Amino acid sequence: MSNAVSALQARVAPGEVTIREGGLRGMIILRGDLASKKLRNLCKTVTGVAVPAQGQADVTGDEGLCWMSPDELLVLVPYAEVGEALAAIDKALDGEHYLAENVSDARALIHVEGAFAREVMAKLAPVDLHPDSFNPGDFRRTRLAQAAAAFWMRDEDTFEVICFRSVAEYVFGLLAQSAKEGPVGYFAKT
Amino acid sequence: MLTLHCPCCGVDADETDLHAGGEAHLKRHGPGSSDEQFEEYLFMRENPKGVHFERWRHAYGCGKWFLAARCTSTLEVFGTYPAQTLEPPQDIKDAISAKRPGWVWREFS
Repeated sequence: MSNAVSALQARVAPGEVTIREGGLRGMIILRGDLASKKLRNLCKTVTGVAVPAQGQADVTGDEGLCWMSPDELLVLVPYAEVGEALAAIDKALDGEHYLAENVSDARALIHVEGAFAREVMAKLAPVDLHPDSFNPGDFRRTRLAQAAAAFWMRDEDTFEVICFRSVAEYVFGLLAQSAKEGPVGYFAKT
Repeated sequence: MLTLHCPCCGVDADETDLHAGGEAHLKRHGPGSSDEQFEEYLFMRENPKGVHFERWRHAYGCGKWFLAARCTSTLEVFGTYPAQTLEPPQDIKDAISAKRPGWVWREFS
């Protein structure tokens, strides 16, 4: 097999808020009936976490689940384990109506880390990112400027952003510029 | 700027997250229908100043279609509801009646 490289090969834009390309991450799109017991048990086996509620994500380290839509989950696993996870899904859901596809190489992962990460994101997305309405555990699919993206918070000062690989350069540039321009002070901590 | 609540994923989505899909509650006329019915289905649309029903797709979000009732002159949103609905649900009609007594839109009122 060819040597897999991530979209921006771990590029870093250092600063008060650091933008860091997250490297390779195993991502599987899983569509099906999210209420199905089989599917729920399977997700737990593959990632170790339960299927998150609507609009939520449960990600620890490289593994987790994100709620993408009423019939779609994003399964995150370490890059090297995608094949194994996909085989487990296909085996467990055999005969059910479902779709599982490895999209690891179609996506890019970018970390936004630092004190005002929240504002770096808020400047680019039409989303209410106030601490009262968006917190670790929440997940949102939306756009960053002109490109589709999805993000969640790993902790209070860290966002993880996923976007299509083809727009990784653009999204990285956006985030880096947003970080460089500094905080707005809109979400000032009290 | 419109903000519509997506009933499929529970998000208050900005207009720029959405894609407009034209008029809601169209009755599809296909093979076997009269020319008048087919013309109606293809071309005849409401263009009201006031209460209107539209299809929207949460394009940048969950990707699902839903329906919205809103006022075209004030951009006031009366409510959104699932696309798998043949006519506006009663609570949406009530919400409109509270604000626009006597409203009429196609066969609904």
